[in-house]
Amino acid sequence: MDSVVVHLHGAVSLLGRFPALAGVDLDVAAGEVLLVQGPNGAGKTTLLRACAGLVPVVDGEATVLGHDLRKDRRSVRRHLALLGHATGLYDDLTVADNLHFVARSTRHAAAPPVDEVLARLGLAGRLASVQVSRLSAGQRRRVAVASLLLRPAQLWLLDEPHAGLDADGRERLDALIVEASRAGTSVVMASHELERARPLATRIVTMAGGQIHTGTRAEVVGVA
Amino acid sequence: MLRDAVVMAGKDLRIELRSRVATNQVAPFAVLVLILFAFALDPDRGVLARAAAGLFWVAVLFCALLAIQRAFTVEASDGARDNLRLSGLDPAAIFLGKAGAIAAELALLEVILGTGVVLLYNRSLHGPVLLVVTCALATIGLSAAGTVYGALAAGLRVRETLLPLLLLPVVAPVLLAATRASEAALGGTTGDGWPWVRLLGVFAVIYMAFGVVAFGPLLEESS
Repeated sequence: MDSVVVHLHGAVSLLGRFPALAGVDLDVAAGEVLLVQGPNGAGKTTLLRACAGLVPVVDGEATVLGHDLRKDRRSVRRHLALLGHATGLYDDLTVADNLHFVARSTRHAAAPPVDEVLARLGLAGRLASVQVSRLSAGQRRRVAVASLLLRPAQLWLLDEPHAGLDADGRERLDALIVEASRAGTSVVMASHELERARPLATRIVTMAGGQIHTGTRAEVVGVA
Repeated sequence: MLRDAVVMAGKDLRIELRSRVATNQVAPFAVLVLILFAFALDPDRGVLARAAAGLFWVAVLFCALLAIQRAFTVEASDGARDNLRLSGLDPAAIFLGKAGAIAAELALLEVILGTGVVLLYNRSLHGPVLLVVTCALATIGLSAAGTVYGALAAGLRVRETLLPLLLLPVVAPVLLAATRASEAALGGTTGDGWPWVRLLGVFAVIYMAFGVVAFGPLLEESS
């Protein structure tokens, strides 16, 4: 098996007193595209946020990109990218300003220039100088996807990545996921849009009640 | 760390330039406060002149509250705070950048308010060096303490009302010392002002050091 990028064993995370992750076992290899499916409230978002070091893991083993999240959940953050439900953009800045801030703050030497990233997501030209507050929800989502490319990510954590995107945006995102995977980036993706997400996945797991239920792709797809 | 702080301050100041909240809302509010004080105390010009320094710093304090609220409100919208935590910026640099941006806004407001005091309250300046040093240290202290307590309140639903309750008692020594030092600068007895400037310096150093060390845990715990 390739090197393990995410290793969780009996991982527990609490939201208040509620165990949103109730003993998760999961390994993700380099270059793998893992689809996490499951009903609302299953713990998918918490799983992604725990892997990103945003939610503490209070019990079990949790290692991401070689960083033990139980001991230090901050240092892993600069090596991964998270696309959450929220876009994380500043409304008063323009599209280009937002992406320049991401580029400057991450200091990723190998990142493509902002202009190139804007063009790849169809945001070049007039749109680049528009304030984010004036964009549609789909356009905001595109900008958030664009920011993924500016981070030095060995791991992409995508929470409902297709939500809000139009057909063209979805095509571009799918192409980016395939390209990232080929370049060795691991992708963990939580989605309800299974018809869209399944063809991208090299492995599928189902989450329910804060736990992961594994199986072969055929078994899991059949169950879901 | 300084490079990261400049990136952070640049982002915050750019947001203020684009949104124009500081120029279109906070600055007019500051001038309005001065005018209202002038209306309230106008029958006795002597009281207005004697209280000018205190009124100036009360107005600065109100503006500081607005600027601090604003600095953390922009991070609360649409998950920006999570992106900040994921950015790789050193938390100490985030603190220095945010405090620096707030200090820059306050410095600009102090120039406007100072001009207003001279024009509306009929005061002249006798100790410019003392006044500049007082303003610089008080601004640094207010910005540093405000950034610490702004981060503390930022993750709470009641942050708008909680911040003044947390911050105003803490910065009371700044108000006292800055008022006394400014009175000395305006009245020509500059020797009386320097001990208060030392107090402002101590306050600024303590909160800058505390912010650099504590901002990382504050950012985590208040998220």
